[in-house]
Amino acid sequence: MDDTVIKIQDAVVSYREDVALQGVSLEVKKGEFIGIIGPNGAGKTTLLTVVNGLGRLVHGQAWVLGSRLNGGNGTNLRKRIGYVAQVERIDPRLPINVRETVMVGCYGCLGLFRRPTRVHRERVDEVLEMVGIAHLAQRPIGHLSGGEYQRAAIARALVQQPEIFLLDEPTASIDQKAQREILSLIQLIHREYGTTTLFVTHDLRMLPSICDRLILMKDGRIWQQGDTESMLKEEVLTQLFGAPMAVPGEIASLFRSSQ
Amino acid sequence: MDLSIFQYHFMQMAILAGLLGGVTCAVVGVFVVTMHLSFIGVCIAHSAFAGALLGLWLGFNPLIGALLFSLGAAAIIGPVADRGELNPDTSLGIIFSLMLGLAFLFMGLMQGARTEALNLFWGSILTVTQQDIIFLAAITAVIVGLVAVFYKEIHAVICHREVALAVGIPATIIFYGLLFSTGVTITASLQSIGGLLIYCLILNPAAAAYQLTYSLKRMLLIAIGFGIISCWAGLVASYFFDVPSGAAIVITSSIIFGLATAFSPKRKVKGWQQMPLAG
Repeated sequence: MDDTVIKIQDAVVSYREDVALQGVSLEVKKGEFIGIIGPNGAGKTTLLTVVNGLGRLVHGQAWVLGSRLNGGNGTNLRKRIGYVAQVERIDPRLPINVRETVMVGCYGCLGLFRRPTRVHRERVDEVLEMVGIAHLAQRPIGHLSGGEYQRAAIARALVQQPEIFLLDEPTASIDQKAQREILSLIQLIHREYGTTTLFVTHDLRMLPSICDRLILMKDGRIWQQGDTESMLKEEVLTQLFGAPMAVPGEIASLFRSSQ
Repeated sequence: MDLSIFQYHFMQMAILAGLLGGVTCAVVGVFVVTMHLSFIGVCIAHSAFAGALLGLWLGFNPLIGALLFSLGAAAIIGPVADRGELNPDTSLGIIFSLMLGLAFLFMGLMQGARTEALNLFWGSILTVTQQDIIFLAAITAVIVGLVAVFYKEIHAVICHREVALAVGIPATIIFYGLLFSTGVTITASLQSIGGLLIYCLILNPAAAAYQLTYSLKRMLLIAIGFGIISCWAGLVASYFFDVPSGAAIVITSSIIFGLATAFSPKRKVKGWQQMPLAG
């Protein structure tokens, strides 16, 4: 049985004159944890937007969760895809609290004209407990620290009960302790929920140790891909980033111990 | 206090217009303020004004002109703001000045007395007709009804538009619906509040409520309260001091905003993170 959940063929995406993706092809199997690394402007975020149907293909095709993306079915597919972006600046006076923000994750699946029920509220409570911010449920979302905000974003994605989990630099702009905690949480979720996870980062120290495969992107193309051990080599990374790169010691040992 | 003013039919109509205008303007104002799109609302207001003047010049119902222009402006402004092809400030500034230019052009081309056109400038809440009230009541019912039905989607879109899109909410449709609602509300209130002043009644009560609460439901209720108080207090001031009603309404709403800002608990927002966690 074919367990491919994402299949992208020769995808080209452009923002006016800038070509963000140039002929990218990719297949992801159900339950895989894929790390995507590369310098800024490599097309990592655009690749994620192709998967959740927000990136418009000017050429090529993409199938996600069995459906071919055609521009009209993206909204329905996104209900089954959790997306967490990097920490953004939020107006601290915004009239929405953490619980309401997390509840937004249910709204897509609920659809128009239906209100959240006790089941949804209980699911939100469970997820808030799981990500460790249940005590912040009533706090305005704009009053959270970066790490707390990312936990809320992960909780919001989790209440969707996603089949695919897209994480776009989820540990950027937060302190090291919070980065480690968020990484542990992401790995726990991947194991417990069995999601297919795509994790984007430009910071090698932030690569989760459970990555099944690493995709190296450069100039809008998939430059190389393979298992983490073969990709995390100084000569490969130096070519990828265009500057001398060393594999961070803690990451090298993490991946060795997880083999 | 002399309550005899409430016996006059025109005053009863004005009070009703104030109630309905206060409600709709405040509701769409909450969306515009929360999305930080105040200038978009100003543009739509001036577009409605230009459309109404076109109607007056060409001899058709000015409200139809206002509706077409405000919806047209919303349809142009939304994509311009979204695509970022031009700096939003620049493109909105151009549309705003174009609409103001068109308004003055249509006014200049009119023959004879321009009393009706000037009424659209300043509004004439004391001369609203039963037909105006019915139109305003219908728009109020539609806007409040839509908010009740799509509350959860609207809440998600105005606070986290990108997130709403990512979880499968039709965020773009909701966003344009809010812009169109702003256009329709402005059109419905144009006659009573006036093209130059309407936007203050949209912005001020909502901006005042924004200073006072972190709950959207409470914000809507407070803004509605402020909108109605602004209209009624402005009306009374207009009657007793013989000043233009539209101006009195706007000044009242501005005073309310000033007071809300002065006593806002959100002024202490920076100290929040040092406070002990609730519950």
